[in-house]
Order: sequence, then C-alpha cells, then structure tokens
Amino acid sequence: MTAFAAAAPPEPTRKARGLRPEIVMRRAILTVAMSGVVLAFLSPLAYSALTSLKSEAQVTDSEAPALPSDARTFDYQGETYDVYVVPLPDGSTRELALVRKGRQDSDFVDPANPGAGPINWVGSWRTLEQSWQVAPQWGNYAEVWNLIDFPRLLFNTVALALIGTIGTVLSCTLVAYGFARFRFPARGLLFTVLLATIFLPDAVTLIPTYTLFVKLGWVGTWLPLLVPAFFANAYDVFLIRQYLLTIPRDLDEAAAIDGASSFRILRSVILPQAWPVIVAVSIFTFVYSWNDFFGPLIYLAGHDDIQPLQVGLSHFNGIYHTRPNLIQAGNIMTLLIPVLLFAIFQRVFTRGIVITGVEK
Amino acid sequence: MEPLPALATTRLTSPRSWRLARTKLSPLARREARQGYLFIAPWIVGFLVFTLVPMIATLIFTFFNLTLAQEQPLRFVGLDNYARLAGDARVWASLGNTFKFAAIWLPVSIVVPFVVALGLNSRYLLGSSVMRTLLFMPYVVPFVASVLVWNAMLGDEGWLNSTLRFLGWSHPPQWLFDTTYVYPGLVLIGIWGIGAGVIINMAGLRGIPTELYEAARIDGAGWWAQLRNVTIPMMSPILFYTLILGVIEVLQYFLVPLVLKNGTGEPGGTTLFFNLNLYQTFFTFQELSYGATMAWLLFGIALVITLILFRLSRRYVYYAGER
Repeated sequence: MTAFAAAAPPEPTRKARGLRPEIVMRRAILTVAMSGVVLAFLSPLAYSALTSLKSEAQVTDSEAPALPSDARTFDYQGETYDVYVVPLPDGSTRELALVRKGRQDSDFVDPANPGAGPINWVGSWRTLEQSWQVAPQWGNYAEVWNLIDFPRLLFNTVALALIGTIGTVLSCTLVAYGFARFRFPARGLLFTVLLATIFLPDAVTLIPTYTLFVKLGWVGTWLPLLVPAFFANAYDVFLIRQYLLTIPRDLDEAAAIDGASSFRILRSVILPQAWPVIVAVSIFTFVYSWNDFFGPLIYLAGHDDIQPLQVGLSHFNGIYHTRPNLIQAGNIMTLLIPVLLFAIFQRVFTRGIVITGVEK
Repeated sequence: MEPLPALATTRLTSPRSWRLARTKLSPLARREARQGYLFIAPWIVGFLVFTLVPMIATLIFTFFNLTLAQEQPLRFVGLDNYARLAGDARVWASLGNTFKFAAIWLPVSIVVPFVVALGLNSRYLLGSSVMRTLLFMPYVVPFVASVLVWNAMLGDEGWLNSTLRFLGWSHPPQWLFDTTYVYPGLVLIGIWGIGAGVIINMAGLRGIPTELYEAARIDGAGWWAQLRNVTIPMMSPILFYTLILGVIEVLQYFLVPLVLKNGTGEPGGTTLFFNLNLYQTFFTFQELSYGATMAWLLFGIALVITLILFRLSRRYVYYAGER
C-alpha cells in the first residue's frame, strides 16, 4: 500500500513543465474545469446540509436566501415587527422595522436608534425585501433524533454491520486460504464458479431463499441478513486470495516442517502478514453492510424496533416528506459515519476497488 | 496509484483450469486436497444453499402454481406460467422501461467515469488526488440518503433548477415528475455513484506502458489519435468488464424509483421497471411461481446479452497477455 501512496502521475520526460505559457494555460483550464466538476458533484451534499439547518418558515419561502436564516425581527414598544430592506431617496438602503403598514406610505423604526421615533417612507411596503440573518436551526437534528428513535436505529445498524463484518472476514479468510495455499482437484473450476457468482442476478435466487427463511421463521429477525455472511462471498475471497498469493511460502513451509497444522499456520504465520487486507475487507464490509437497503427492507418490514437506519429513514420520508429540512437532517445523520470512515480510510477503499475491479 | 503488473485481465474461462486431475493422488497430496476442501467448505456450503439450490428451485417453481399462502392445491401446470408471461402486457411494458432506461444509462455509466479518469490522470491537472477522493465520496453515502438528497436537489426549489433558471430557462423541467425527464433525472442520481468506476479507470490508465505513447508520438500521433489507437484499445478489457457488470445491474434496476415513488410507477408508468414488477408479483401478490418465471426470463435475457457481448469482445477487446 506504500507504493500506492507514493505513486504520482508520471513526470513528463522533457523538463519543460511549467515554463511555456501554453502549458500554464492548459494547466489552468484543466484544473479550473475539473474543480468545477468536483464542486458540482458535491453540491447535493452541501444543499442537503444547508437545508437540514433551515427553519420550517424558510424552506417554504421561495424568496429566502440560500444560507439557513431567520427573518429578522425587532421588538418595539412591546410588539414584534419584521425588518425590511428599505431603499431611501438618497440612494442608500437601510434595514428598518416596519411598525405601521400603509398602502401609500408606511412608518419604520431604525433598530439601531429606536429613540429617534418612526421614519415615514413613501411607497408600497409589499415591494420591499425582508431582511434575513444567518441562523442555523440545530434543533432540527434534535427533533429528528427523537422522531425516528435515532439511538435505536443506530444501534441496529452498527450491530448488523459488526456481526456481518465478523462473519464475512472469518469465512472469506478461511476460503481464500484454501484457494491460495492448497492444491486439490477442480480448484480452478471451483474458483471460476466463485467468480461467476458475481455476474448472477440476485432475482434468480431471491424467491426460494426468501421462502426458505419464511419457513424457518427467520423473517422478522436479523438471521437472514447475518447467517449468509458466514458463508463467504466472491469479492472478498478474491481480494484476500490475491493478497495471500503475494506472501512468500517459505515461512509456512518451515512451520509445516516443524509440524504446525495448517490452521496453526494460518493463525500464526499468514494472518500476521495479511492484516492490511483483513483491515481493508473489514472496513469495506462494514460500510457496505451499513449501506444495504434491500435486505433489511424485505426481511425486517414491519418490525420497527430491529430495523437499521436506512429503512427507518425511508419510512420517515414517507411520513414527513412535507418537511424537507427534517428529511435532510435525517440524511446527514445517516451518511455521517460511512463518510467519516471513508475520509479516514480512503486509501484502503481505492486500493480494494482497484484489486477487485481491474485484476480479475 | 500502483501501476498494474500488466493488463493481463485473465478471462474467466481459461480452458486449462477446467480440466480435472484424473491421475491418482499420492497420500500426501490427498491430505492436502482434503484440507483444501475443508477450508473452502464455508463457501461450498453457502454456494449450494444460497445460490445453486435456490436457482434450480426457481426453475422448478416455474412449472407449478405455488403461492405463499397456497390456497389452491399444488399442481404441475406445465408451461402455463410461460404462456401467461407471453401475454402479460404489464411485463412487456416494464421490460420496455428497463431497456429504455438501460439505453440511456449504460453509455453514460461507461463514458463518464472514463472521461473523468482521463481528466484526473492528466499531467496538467493540479490537485488530482484530492479531487479523486472527493469524487469518490458520494459512493459511500448510504443508498436511501443519496436518493433523498437528490430528490430535494432535483425538486423545484433545488439548486439544479435554480441554476437553470439563472441561466435563462424560465420553466425548467419537473425532473422526477415528468415522463420526458424522469430517466435523465434517474441518470443524474446514478452518476453520483461513479466513484468506483473512476478509480478503476484511473488504475487502468496508469497501467498502460508509456512506451506505447512515445512510439505513437514518434509516428506523429496527436492527442486524439493517441486516445483512439492506444488508450481505448488498451483500456478495452476494463471498459468491457464495466459494461458486463453494468448490464447485469441495470437489468435489475428498481430500488431508486422504489424509494422515490414508493413503487407506484409514477410518472405515467415510466418507473415501473421489470424488477419492480417482479418484486411486486412476489412480495405484494405473493405469486411465487409467476415471480419465479419472471426471474428466469430476466436471467435468460442477462445470459443472452452477456454471451453476445463475450462473442463481440473477441473482435473489440484487446487482451495484452493473450497470444
């Protein structure tokens, strides 16, 4: 993984970089264009985050600014008045509180100097823009936290992801070790079959599998989601096997001569050298399990107390879709942990995707 | 990114690995084989229980009248389910939707990651690795959250339509509510997950030997000629692999509209995709046998398309390691 970290784009052979104006131009154009692509790509996240902090009043007001804000108000003589942006005859604008609404003219008070008394302004106050001040509504998060019983959903999500990860790592390590270190009849055929399962549409196995789980009484429990994880999957077996093939055999042969069993060799010789791939598979599986929606949807439908976040979120959207600020707060709460995990382990992710996506 | 050893993307079916060892094994080799089988046993059991047996069971189901409640006596119905399938307008309409969507999505899902990877891989780009990380990030956003983020983004108050109005389009489309724009809207949602494709393409691009470009330049090839005659042929195994996986995925596409439209098929039946129809036949109407028949139709279509693509790939895909 160090080679991966150190690799930089290939240097141009001619040492002319950065000197000729033509090259500077190309750099500027490409860098600006790609930055634009990246910004556009991430803008939905920013939109979601900003919406999640807006008040109910702001999301329904099409005139409201982009940042989470409140309409500014001013208390004057025991009453609360809205503040407007008022253009004055001398060409300047001032933010003034509207204390008397009139058709032809209105009275305003300067919040900075209320003692000066009302200021008369000629014109229709309806043409004026309201004044806003930035005010993120952190309370939206607290509201969603309680509405969807976030702690329970979070616990379910983490528990499902952790148990699934343990099962996947255990089973895939054993299977990968079997394929990487032992010769047996039909090994090539079996490995081909393993890889071919990647290309199999899930629909073709879904109906009998679901029916089986119904007959076993497992629907409405976590078992249909967790038990299959203990029986290995093609992607992770492939990932671990590729790594094991790069570990020299000298040490395991020496251990075998000393009489160590193959299980002992796996535990004491192979695993200490294979931890990078084990870590990679663990993080992948954790995030993929966190992001699984279809499995929990079909097996846990109607069992609110054992559902993970995504199913809860989808359900929440069905009920509260008229309150976009709360929906987006729920989204941010759901995506925060996987995105943070990715930010910490991004090299592990990219490396794993390269291995499963390119080398096969 | 680590340059790949060689783009020897081994074909899944190399004939040699298929030949079984017929010779008698020595006691030592037999012991090794036994242990090998023991270690791969979890996968073998899982494959039998969760893949092979269910696949065969699905096929057998198609010849019966199974339902989850089974109110009628179970009996062998021959090809009745297939006959019903042939005359089921809803099935063919939903299959048509899936194919129409695939016709838009597949080219986008191949070309966009490739072009973005070309950009990120250019030596003129500053900050490439930061950009790569940021472009990959939405890939890890949980599925439902990303769909709901886009649902707001594509709404009338969303930034896309604000931008379009700012650019002078006074009545921008109601993306997910308009039969003309719903597929482009779904494609935009799909593009958010191209991060993995970008990474795979970048790794492929870095694996192309620089000598090839040097030789092309000596022959007077410009940027376009190098792209056409060096980059694309050398990338063809990766593009092909992406295409095959993309076909299998898009044929099963339905979860995004399921979350957005709650399975109603709105607007105007355009989001009633084949797999949604299958899902409803099974989960809503609990018709096991008919659902299984639809599943085998899907599998058959996927298989035929894959086989045609593999056949075509012999002409269009270049494997560097192949003699």
